[in-house]
Amino acid sequence: MEREFDFEKPVAEMEKAIEKLKASASGDTGSIAAQIAELEKKCEERKKEIYDSLTPWQTVQVARHPKRPVLYDYISLIFSDFIELHGDRAYGDDRALIGGFAKLGEQKVMLIGHSKGKNVDENVRRNFGMARPEGYRKALRLMRLAEKYNVPVVTFIDTPGAYPGLDAEERGQAEAIARNLTEMAKLEIPIVSIVTGEGGSGGALGIGVADVVLMLSNAVYSVISPEGCASILWRDAAYSAQAADSLKITAKSLLSLDVIDEIVKEPAGGAHTNHRATGDTIKKAILKHLKKLLTLTPAKLTEKRFEKFSAMGKFIK
Amino acid sequence: MAWFKKRDDRDGKKKSQDDIWVKCQSCSAHVFKQDFINNQSVCPKCNWHGKLTAYERIGLTLDSGTFVEMFENIRPADPLQFVDGKGPYTEKVEAARAKTKLNESIVTGAGKLNGLDVAVGVMDFRFLGGSLGSGTGEKILQAANYAYDKNIPYILFSASGGARMHEGILSLMQMAKTCAGVARLDAKKIPFISILTDPTTGGVSASYAMVGDVNLAEPGALIGFAGRRVIEQTIKQKLPDNFQTAEFVREHGFIDKIVHRRDMKKILHTILSYYNR
Ligand SMILES: [Zn+2]
Repeated sequence: MEREFDFEKPVAEMEKAIEKLKASASGDTGSIAAQIAELEKKCEERKKEIYDSLTPWQTVQVARHPKRPVLYDYISLIFSDFIELHGDRAYGDDRALIGGFAKLGEQKVMLIGHSKGKNVDENVRRNFGMARPEGYRKALRLMRLAEKYNVPVVTFIDTPGAYPGLDAEERGQAEAIARNLTEMAKLEIPIVSIVTGEGGSGGALGIGVADVVLMLSNAVYSVISPEGCASILWRDAAYSAQAADSLKITAKSLLSLDVIDEIVKEPAGGAHTNHRATGDTIKKAILKHLKKLLTLTPAKLTEKRFEKFSAMGKFIK
Repeated sequence: MAWFKKRDDRDGKKKSQDDIWVKCQSCSAHVFKQDFINNQSVCPKCNWHGKLTAYERIGLTLDSGTFVEMFENIRPADPLQFVDGKGPYTEKVEAARAKTKLNESIVTGAGKLNGLDVAVGVMDFRFLGGSLGSGTGEKILQAANYAYDKNIPYILFSASGGARMHEGILSLMQMAKTCAGVARLDAKKIPFISILTDPTTGGVSASYAMVGDVNLAEPGALIGFAGRRVIEQTIKQKLPDNFQTAEFVREHGFIDKIVHRRDMKKILHTILSYYNR
């Protein structure tokens, strides 16, 4: 596994040593094999240690890891029969925010999510997961379709933010997000969201008004990027690590602030080291919550969602 | 920011000058301060609309003596113990409270508009740039719930730079919270009129401000989602001069009508007079 970060160096070195041993020990079943097993165990422990004590700024790096699974990885890993549905019926089809019918195990769902790429070409095509108004409007169209067909909605959140471009402003980025927030509050079917990577501000929330909000353990969710916050409040993007600390953007912080409902634990070493295990855990978590939500009447569902978001925030009375 | 510059260190002569004259931020004309105030803080030369305090706005909108303030004790907590390069959030809050005599960036309550019962929220840009904090969101929701319970229209004047970073993710969640409040009004078919004043940007434009039954705006108001500089850096081109003005946003279909301040009350009443339930 190629390493990207300084804090992963100790693990990288151990893995290199293991590889070497393995190469020299082909056929050997005795002491070297035992040594390898011992090293592998230590390596796993070290990984766990490192990943359990990441700083918020390191977590941001993991959340943006180029090998971190993206939506189309999850689509092939844990969903089946995905039928992508295109277009907002008004302007165009956004490749940064996609959706369609899919099956999660036996459960039929409307799957909607930000779609980052993993190489430059894919990322350019998908605008690095930064959606335009037509993306949010397509998402809303699909949510209404799901409501009509009585199929629950599952959203995957992974975006640096809504696209800050001239065309996006002209076509009403603000209105498109605002409309989704308003309409999702009323939607009479269960909605489960999971923040899998970057939960970038309004661009994330635009598909995130859900009955249950899950978050991968190394994902981040924030009102502004640490870089953006640092350049405004510290007047210098070099303070991004401080800003990441101050903003409280990790899954643990969000759980304690009652913004998310559950942390979905990634494998030791991060989601990028084991896509399949990450996907399986996500699948289990979503299905568990959908099962509960599907027992509620539409009226109860929307009432509870209203109460959930009414309770958000801390102030002095 | 006050539309005329205050300077505490100025000499007595300059001070008395500033008490008599104001300089328009748009056409630079020097106008008698009293004329300016009598003209609802609109430049008599070029119609530039200066910012109003929440109470000034309420005075122009509701029938005299009918406003009853509600939820006025709600004020910011410091849920993140936020400290930035310039110090702790709590200090900024206390400074804003001392300066404005307000507890939050919005004043909420109920009153009469040409005899019609309405619930109102009016943001005040002087309080931390009108930013949307947890207290702001709570007051917007509570006022919406009041309108919901009493079956009366809800009128919301926005003036905000967006979400309040110092409250992190909780400020972002206020977008969902406030929208859930106005969504309920919609479901019960209760009117919700949004008025976007200078400025209405970021998370406020991307939540309650943009989803009125009718969206009104004041002339020349800055209205948009992303900041001008961020967009210019992203697309690497200069933006048109009228970019993100109320006129630009109306041109693109997201504002119903641009209304001069002196006509706002009349227009609000006229629109609400079509409500036939
Ligand atoms: Zn002027």
